[in-house]
Amino acid sequence: MSEVAIRVEGLGKRYAVGGGAPYLSLRDSLAALPRRLLGRSPRKRGREEIWALKDVSFEVKQGEVLGVIGRNGAGKSTLLKILSRITRPTKGRAEVWGRVGSLLEVGTGFHPELTGRENIWLYGAILGLKRHEIQKKFDEIVAFSEVEAFLDTPLKHYSSGMQMRLAFSVAAHLEPEVLLVDEVLAVGDAGFQRKCLGKMEDVQKGGRTVVFVSHNEGAVHRLCSRVALLEAGSLVYCGPSETAFAKYRRCWAGDLAHGVLRTHSSSIARLERVVLLHEGVSASAVAPGAPLEVEIQFHVFTPANVCAEFLLRDERHVPVGFCSLGLLGWCHGTMAPGLWQVRSTLACGVLAAGNYTIDVMLAEPGVRFFDYLEAVLEFSVLPVPHEDTGWVFSQKRGQGCVLLNPTAVIGPVRLSQEQQSGRPAAGDAVPLRTVTAANGSEREDGA
Amino acid sequence: MEAAPSPGAAPGSAPRAPLVIEPVRGWTGGVIQESWEYRELLYFLIWRDLKVRYKQTAIGVAWAVLQPLLAAALFTLVFSRFAGVPSDGFPYPLFAFAGLLPWQLFSYALSESTNSVVTHQQLIKKVFFPRIFLPLTPVLAALVDFAVASVVLGVLLAVFQVAVTWKVLVLPLAVVLAMLAAFSVAVWLAALNVKYRDVRYAVPFLVQVWFFATPIVYPSSLVPEQLRTVWALNPMASVVDVFRWALLAAAPPPLPALGASLGVMLLLLAAGLRFFRAVETTIADVV
Repeated sequence: MSEVAIRVEGLGKRYAVGGGAPYLSLRDSLAALPRRLLGRSPRKRGREEIWALKDVSFEVKQGEVLGVIGRNGAGKSTLLKILSRITRPTKGRAEVWGRVGSLLEVGTGFHPELTGRENIWLYGAILGLKRHEIQKKFDEIVAFSEVEAFLDTPLKHYSSGMQMRLAFSVAAHLEPEVLLVDEVLAVGDAGFQRKCLGKMEDVQKGGRTVVFVSHNEGAVHRLCSRVALLEAGSLVYCGPSETAFAKYRRCWAGDLAHGVLRTHSSSIARLERVVLLHEGVSASAVAPGAPLEVEIQFHVFTPANVCAEFLLRDERHVPVGFCSLGLLGWCHGTMAPGLWQVRSTLACGVLAAGNYTIDVMLAEPGVRFFDYLEAVLEFSVLPVPHEDTGWVFSQKRGQGCVLLNPTAVIGPVRLSQEQQSGRPAAGDAVPLRTVTAANGSEREDGA
Repeated sequence: MEAAPSPGAAPGSAPRAPLVIEPVRGWTGGVIQESWEYRELLYFLIWRDLKVRYKQTAIGVAWAVLQPLLAAALFTLVFSRFAGVPSDGFPYPLFAFAGLLPWQLFSYALSESTNSVVTHQQLIKKVFFPRIFLPLTPVLAALVDFAVASVVLGVLLAVFQVAVTWKVLVLPLAVVLAMLAAFSVAVWLAALNVKYRDVRYAVPFLVQVWFFATPIVYPSSLVPEQLRTVWALNPMASVVDVFRWALLAAAPPPLPALGASLGVMLLLLAAGLRFFRAVETTIADVV
């Protein structure tokens, strides 16, 4: 099937920002009236225009799952809003073949005074389901949501988790030919997210077209055959997800002054410099098994319990390791104001070959963040083959990032009389030898 | 099996016209088509309105009966007994009730639709649906109260032994006229309230003033001759007169006045829809 499901041509969206509150009072407008009549519109003052989308063109084939990634404000949500007809483009056009279903937020449209049952009908209709469709799927929706017992209870008595489940169950039974999804998976607990992802895969397997906007690299990798990367409103790349993510990470690179996503900041402490070292010099590639050395400098402005923490992420942006210097008992006291430097060594065992990033943060462990730089450090682990077997442990294999260091006791199983019948059972192994993989050495048992 | 599948069509399905998303669209802007496509949602919105309205009330839908009944009783006491306002020879309670019937529809639609867009901002930002449904829903939901109150009117007619004539057949048309009047104003208020939050405070006052500017507690014949032209510009004045004509066989409104009212309504509606569209697009754009 190579039918086009979505065609976007030169799409642009302009927003006017600043130059007036989102809503005015009548008095303000009346006060401005004389000036407007005189031709001097006060609106022009301080009014700025930004293009949230600039000349974006792409096509999505039927049955394809397109991921859309980009930093905050890159235009991802605007694109989705235009495709789902919530807002109109300023320029260009888009064509969509087939029935469109969009999930920009799960649960908008629920009414707290109505019961769960009534809300299923209402929310279904809001999402664009026809009455007979809701009727047909009603039992399925209820079963999926696991809230049968509370079906006739007003929604206001539901926990937020229950509301979420109910909303998603309805949304999951929307069967559009073109599905637009935004960050829906970012909410809810891990179990719920898994359920969502599973449902998305079903949708994909059902041959329907999906446009999926997300920050969740793991999910995008898993679901999307092609990924579009937006940067400041422009489409900079559209192609295989590996390449898209590589480019995405590249646009993070750069010094601290700009280009790094600061997800938290405060007036208490601030990171000034973050460097990855290898044997004392700045490095961007390390051998598997080598410890990571990180040097950071930070300002403390107000005395506080400031502590450095590191979060290691794999190629898909999935967290795979964490370290808090609080574990050293380093920051049990209060850090005095001033510029501080910390050089720390993080032993992470053998990491799979591939690219990694590290989030560096200043925090009061377990309490709050003072500063948070996402993916500020980038490095790769070199694909060094195993000495004996020539095997390369790589992220690409999908076997994770951490090589578990085994110790094994190996020997034949000696069976007792009643176990002779052939059924394998817990027997005593006769330890012949113990193998440890770390240095590949073998030793005779008991040695 | 299709006899002659057209080239380029998706297997098993006829070639369909795509949904086109473009910057500006024509005068009607496809609103009619969209509304038809989403008509079931309109039904559910009305249904929700009705469900929610009488939740947690002790007497529920009986309010639809009580409100106009109590108002009519009060008006009879104050305007008829105390002030001696004439009622064109009809029993005053009946006379007032016949005027209150369309008025309640009108005032309910006005006060409910004013906030309709503002309270649904979140929905507007996250879900596509014809926004015009928001001010339209209260207008249609008001019909249910209207229907309940109509039954009471029937009882009143029997009590006062007023025989209905063939003119009662015009009633559905009169209801449509009342809804049209309500909708043409509701669209304005809903959109204005998005821009100026003053509107919601002004509306109760507006409704009150409008009430007295409409011949509900007094007959149209009481309006001074030289003011009649101005009065005719109030669509509700004609609507009430048409109601009384249909129900009580009172004097019909003069045709020029009716025409003027209709003209005002349609003008208001056309301009209102235009304004509503302009405002509606900005809501989703406010980030």
